[in-house]
This record gives sequence, C-alpha cells and structure tokens, in this order.
Amino acid sequence: MSSSAVTSPYAQAPRKRGLRAVVERTRGLGSGRGLPFVLPYLPFLILFGIAPMIYALKLAVTKDNGDWAGLHNFTRTVDDYRFGPAFKHIFLYTGVWLGALVIFVVTLALLLHGRANRVSSTFRFVFYIPGALAGAASVLVWLFMLDPSVSPGSFLVHNVLGAGLFVESIAPGHLPFIFAMIAFWTGAGGWIVVMYGALNTIPQDLEEAARIDGAGPIGIALRLKLPLIRKWIAYMVILSFATGTQLFVEPQLVNQASLGLVPDTWSANQLAYQEAFRYADFNAAAAIAVDLLAIGLFAAVLIVSRTGLFRTED
Amino acid sequence: MRIAGLGLRLVVLATFAVFFVVPVLWLILAPTKSDHALVTDGPLSFGSFHQVSLAWKHLDAFSDHIYRTWITNSLLYAFSATAIVLATAIPAGYGLAFGTFPGRKVILTLTLVVMIMPAAALVLPIFLELNSLHLIGNALSVILPFAFFPFGVYLAYIYYVTAVPRDLLDAARADGCGEWLTFRRVALPLAKPVVALVFFFSFVADWNNFFLPYAVIADSSQYPIQVGLSDLLSSTPSFNPAQGGGGQQVNIFRPELALATLLAVIPVAIVFLLSQRALVRGLVGGAVKE
Repeated sequence: MSSSAVTSPYAQAPRKRGLRAVVERTRGLGSGRGLPFVLPYLPFLILFGIAPMIYALKLAVTKDNGDWAGLHNFTRTVDDYRFGPAFKHIFLYTGVWLGALVIFVVTLALLLHGRANRVSSTFRFVFYIPGALAGAASVLVWLFMLDPSVSPGSFLVHNVLGAGLFVESIAPGHLPFIFAMIAFWTGAGGWIVVMYGALNTIPQDLEEAARIDGAGPIGIALRLKLPLIRKWIAYMVILSFATGTQLFVEPQLVNQASLGLVPDTWSANQLAYQEAFRYADFNAAAAIAVDLLAIGLFAAVLIVSRTGLFRTED
Repeated sequence: MRIAGLGLRLVVLATFAVFFVVPVLWLILAPTKSDHALVTDGPLSFGSFHQVSLAWKHLDAFSDHIYRTWITNSLLYAFSATAIVLATAIPAGYGLAFGTFPGRKVILTLTLVVMIMPAAALVLPIFLELNSLHLIGNALSVILPFAFFPFGVYLAYIYYVTAVPRDLLDAARADGCGEWLTFRRVALPLAKPVVALVFFFSFVADWNNFFLPYAVIADSSQYPIQVGLSDLLSSTPSFNPAQGGGGQQVNIFRPELALATLLAVIPVAIVFLLSQRALVRGLVGGAVKE
C-alpha cells in the first residue's frame, strides 16, 4: 500500500530530464549494474508468479491428452449448472462488501480525522485488532457469533437473521451478507488506517482556508477531504473487487459446518477446486482459474495504469 | 448543535468499536467455560482457569497431540518463507531501485501486477503446476510459493528510491567500495525499517494463508494451523451434528474449538503488537508520503 506521489528529487524531475539522467548513468557505469541483486528473486517471480499463469492458460486450452481444445473448456465450464450460481454468489458478496467498505471505511476515517490525536489512535487500533484474525480463525469466530445459543449478539441473530438455530443463521440467502461482514470485520481496520493516512496528507492551510470561507466540518469533509482521497477509494474498491471474487475459505468452512446444506461449490474458486480434486478434471479447473485470473489481472492493470498510486519510474 | 454533533460522532465510533472488539473478547473468554456454561452463563462472563486447562487437555489429546504439530508446522512454514523473502526481496528492491540493467522495467512491472493481483487467484495455477511436476505434499510445496512475496520487493524498492539518497551510495563507491560492499555496508543497514515492515507483512500473510496449504498438502500431520482448524471444526458436534458420538470420543466441543482458534492467533497478535507503532508509521509516514 504505497503511493506514487512520493517526495523524491527523481519523482519531481520532469520526465525528459529523468530519462536523460538514466541514459547518462547507463553510459557512465556500464549497463549490468544491479542485476546480481535481483537474480535471487527472479526464480521465485518466474516459478510462482509467471509460470503458473502460463501453465494454467495452457491447460485451459488443451484436452487431458494435451491436444488443442480451443475454448471448449471455457464453454463447458460456463454451461455447467454450478457455474452461474457460483459467479452470482461471489458478485453479490463482493457488491455487499464493497458497499460496506466504501460507506463505513470512509465515514469512520473522516470521523476519526479531526478527533484529538489520542482518541483517534485508540479507535484506529481497536478497529485494527480483528486484522490479526484472518483466514480460518476469523470464520470460526463468526460461526460462534452466528450460533444463537452462545452468541453475545443473540438478540441480533434472532431479530435480524430471524434465526433460532445455528443452521438457520447460515441459510443460503444470508451467506453473501455474512461473508461480507466477516471480510469487513477483518479488513476494514487496515483500510481505515490507510484512508486516515491519506487524509493526513491534506495540507493544513487548505482546511484553514475552507474554514475561513465559512465551511463547517461536514462541508469540509464532503467537499474538500473526500475528493482529495478519491484515488485511494478507487484503489480500495478495485483491489477489494478482485479479492472478493476469489472467495474460498469462508464458504469452504461453512460447507463443513452445515452438513452439506451449503454446497461445496458455492464460490467460483471452490468450483475450480472441486473440478481438480474431486473430478481430477484439471483442464476444467484451469479454465475457471483463468477466468478468475483474468479478473485479478484486469483489476491490477487498472490500478497500476489508472490510479497512479504505484509508480515504476524514478 | 456542536455538542450534538460531537455526541453523534462518538456514538458511531463506539458502536463500531463494539462490533470490532466484542467477538474478540468473547473468543478470549469462551475457553474459561464449559460447553454447557457457554449456553447458560452470560456470553461475556468469566468462568475459571480450571476450565482453560481442561480445554487444553482435551485439545492437546486430540489425534495424538496433532495440535502442537500444526502450530510447529505453521511456525516452520512462516519463518522459513519469510527468511527467504527477506534474503531475496531486500536486495531485489535495491537492485531495482538503483540498477541500470536491461529488463529492469519489465521485472518491476511484473512484480507490481502480481503483487496487486489477489494471491488466491494464483493458488490453483500453482497447484496445477506443482502437481504436474509431482512436487506436492511436502513442506517445500508450501514454503517456496510463500517465499515469493512481490509486495516485499515493492516495499524495499520504494524505500530505496525515496529514503536513500543516490549520492550516499556514490560516495561509498568513490571510497572504493565495490557493488557488494556498498550494499552490505551502506544500503543494508539503512534498510532496517523496511526489513521490519516486510517481515510483518510476509509473516502475517503466510500464517493466515489457508487456501494454498489446503490445496497442496494432503497429509493432516503436515497441515499448518489454519487448515488444522478446519479439521477441528469438522470434529465439533455443535457445528457438525454427524459428529455426535465422535464428539464424545474426541472431546472437542465449543470451548476447545475456541481455545484452538485463540492459540492459533497468538503469534500474529504478538507480531501485530510489536510492530503496531512501526506499522502505522510505515503505512502512513513512509509509504504514503506525499
């Protein structure tokens, strides 16, 4: 989570001057400098970053005997009766989660910005705590929270979810919302810290000027601060969209805790997993994995090229 | 008006604080009670330390001390992978920041794209690749993919570009240091803050990763704790009524499951607390510097 707009003499330099500097450096010191330092990292980048993508793509366009299959693996996985629901589930879940993130993270960050420093940092820390419980641990905690017989929020489970029993809590219609809540619970604190940091970069005198012009705290928050952290919000939305579509551990554990009431192909990644592990149909698994990779790649390229938050020029 | 606004602000913040903290409090208190007391007593009441030791006895006895094995496995996977990450990412960030070799821009862009892509999108492709090479089912099939951590490279890169003046390195070279000595004596000692940051993110990501080990490890004695927890969940009768009889035999009930979850979080919680200050400063001060 780093910014493109970083204070550095090189960052400030106009593009042309930067380029010339690079050329001069190159001429002066030979062109292989620095490569030995990168070499130990390269095998990892290739073996666990690039090669898996290429191999998955290859599997996706071939048959199990290695013959060319064209788009057949893609069309037959799309036609599978579990494909539509799986993608519907993850998009619904992602939509709910993104909505919650945008509204609550931004609101909380704005509320915290302008609090007394001590109060603000205490709240930020408190919001950040659940971040320590990711993966299976966060899901287990929420399975307890959704079990009306032991939950500290059992009145909410009763009244909001209308559930008197654990199995009623995890009724299929609730799942996108429940998974969104778990993801929000573990991840929102980190984003609040990031947004708060972005808000801190707004120059004081800008705020001062707005105040002199008669803007109230809400006006300043909405008309001055919000537009200035727009690119961070965009980054959060795109990144979370890509992450949301990859959902796996939450539905997998709920499937185990629901005696199969919730299918083990609830999300797209689960469907791909089942194709590989239950049916040993690696080509179908690869086709779905490539669908998901495409979403992730698209989001990554969008973030790099559009938000300007990450730079590779110096 | 002002007071009302202030009050509303605090109410909203406090409501969210409750939402974020109460589940954690519940988890800490749950192992102090019996499964029966969890249902009958107040959800945030304290039971007794005796119950905690009883729950631990049951948990530890499960499958011949396998819980200890899972924690050990997780420590092994996360520490080994993070060690490799530090050994590869810091020099790589340095090389990418100050290097002039052909292909530098390509490596940087690929690193950036893979870093932003959700890690879960690569799990099945990595599984398929390792499977075709018959390399699954051992510790290395978890450690090596974990050891690829492009975010660490990017953190080191951005740190060197923004915080370490090029003149300083040139001065070292002018003093007769070779490339390696310049890195070893000047650039590496300067990287301390970023080493802490990379360690934190890499360790936490590895410790919490469920999907990759779930896919590449089949033998339960090689599970890391996250996958082990899913095994325990299947053995808890209140979440898995089919376990009714089995639950009695293995003695895994809700307090045991809560204790297992709580203990599984401790290493990450320690790392969180240790790096809380550095982290908030790093995220906000160093990385988001504007």
